[in-house]
Amino acid sequence: MLNYSLKRLASAVPTLLILITVAFFLIRIAPGGPFDSEKALPPEIEANLEAKYQLDDPLVVQYVRYLGDILMFDFGPSFHYRDWTVNELIAQGAPVSFTLGAIALVLAMLFGTTIGVWAALKQNTVADYATMSIAMIGISVPNFVMAPLLVLAFAIGLGWLPAGGWDGSVSRMVLPSIALALPMIAYIARITRGSMIEVLHSDFIRTARAKGLPEREVLVRHALKPALLPVISYLGPAAAAILTGSVVIERIFTIPGIGSHFVQGALNRDYTLVMGVVIFYGVLIIVLNYLVDLVYAWLDPRIRYDN
Amino acid sequence: MTAESTTPPREPDAFEQAMDRRPVKGRSLWVDAWHRLKRNKAALAGAGLLVVIVVMVTIGPMLNPWDHEIPDWDHYSTPPSLETGHLMGTDALGRDLFERVMVGGRISLLVGLVATLVSLFIGVLYGATAGYLGGRVDNWMMRAVDAIYALPFMFFVILLMVVFGRNIFLIFVAIGAVNWLDMARIVRGQTLSLKNKAFIEAARASGATERQVIVRHIIPNLLGVVAVYVSLTIPQVILVESFLSFLGLGVQEPLTSWGALVNEGAQELETAPWSLLFPAAFLAATLFAFNFLGDGLRDALDPRDR
Repeated sequence: MLNYSLKRLASAVPTLLILITVAFFLIRIAPGGPFDSEKALPPEIEANLEAKYQLDDPLVVQYVRYLGDILMFDFGPSFHYRDWTVNELIAQGAPVSFTLGAIALVLAMLFGTTIGVWAALKQNTVADYATMSIAMIGISVPNFVMAPLLVLAFAIGLGWLPAGGWDGSVSRMVLPSIALALPMIAYIARITRGSMIEVLHSDFIRTARAKGLPEREVLVRHALKPALLPVISYLGPAAAAILTGSVVIERIFTIPGIGSHFVQGALNRDYTLVMGVVIFYGVLIIVLNYLVDLVYAWLDPRIRYDN
Repeated sequence: MTAESTTPPREPDAFEQAMDRRPVKGRSLWVDAWHRLKRNKAALAGAGLLVVIVVMVTIGPMLNPWDHEIPDWDHYSTPPSLETGHLMGTDALGRDLFERVMVGGRISLLVGLVATLVSLFIGVLYGATAGYLGGRVDNWMMRAVDAIYALPFMFFVILLMVVFGRNIFLIFVAIGAVNWLDMARIVRGQTLSLKNKAFIEAARASGATERQVIVRHIIPNLLGVVAVYVSLTIPQVILVESFLSFLGLGVQEPLTSWGALVNEGAQELETAPWSLLFPAAFLAATLFAFNFLGDGLRDALDPRDR
């Protein structure tokens, strides 16, 4: 197990390095710079600004220096929000994005698995078909379409919930987290149903039934754990989907998280902010994938002995 | 439990030769799959819905008197009505929404198709090479795929769009270029397992040339998986394009797409909800239809789950 976890950890390092390198050079070769404005700056001032932010060195030198800074967890100053460092901006937005993402993930797991197991138990009945058709609709309606529809129905139409903003109150969390969670609920429900059906047809379940266990025991003690394995492995992509979704959801609901910084930062050529968000999200996804793999290997011994 | 084990047995060439090349009347993989697909009502409904949407999007703008750019100066933000002739109403600038949804649909579907072909091309080439060569090369090629796989894709697409300007051809390439990984994995796995199959060996033993083996045996067996995957990739790509357009990074004015229309509609939510509802409905219906069709194709061509 230790061997396996070290092996997986070693493969995470090159991934992170690729991420940082590609993002760094991509944003740098973009035309335009962080100090562009309507009025062209006098060349002396521009040279001074570039010298101040050390943008006048060759790109490779900047790249190496940046790698050094990251190792010290220093993402540098933001070019657009002049008095802020990227660390401060991320520290300010991260708790908000985390709260939203965590709620969405919990909702998705809870409802997704429950619905999936239920549909599997009713396999090939009207209830099963109806649930799975609704799940397909859930997958087919992207969250940036779902979000304004929810606002239209529950904020503008019924007036039950606020349409946007963020102040830490539950009422403002409801719509964004549901919008973020709905496609995932549908997805997890489909995965769970599929694997549950497969498990229910396997030999060890037949054995459990044959030895006279009540159906409830069979489900809880024997079927549930193997059936949830595919859901565990979906958690990595799910985390990535939540982070990507947060970019649009935070924009629709005017939530001050880090997702909203990304697109705006890229458009402003705020090099350091974009890099900060990419690295932060990248590390998060890589770490989550790593944890998911570990949990998976721990639950399913076939994996760790295979490698 | 592999896909090949379920494909109908093929008469080997040697046998045909021995039997005086008498044609063997077997049900091919495709005939078999068609029979299975015909029984799947959801998939057929999805296919039907797709045909309707494609026909609407193709001939809709020809029958509609309005232009997608030129405003109707008498009707700003008017709800759908037969009297004004605006079947889906107009947006805040007075442009006919029906026309815009149809024109946007052309772009969304086109992006879906072309970007999928791009990812298909890269993925098949990469996957087939890795699978066919095998060994160390395969190991490294697939390790690279694994490393890239763990990256947050959408962020790269967004960066690409920001870097290279918002050009529609770039959208094709950018989306296709980040979507090829799944395809590469699937094709590689399939090639690898096909390579060592008994029927391939039998074909070789009976004197089939390398070319014949590839054309008659490997490609037809890859096609099923690829077809399934393509039908599942198209909706994904359409989704990515709408996501980008929603953020204002995708298709630019005067062109439009369903994602861009949803974005416009979301901003006029309170005054003109129809400008959100119609593009949203078309986008969702298309994705819905593709997903059902793709699921049906998978069950038909690759029935190991049933």
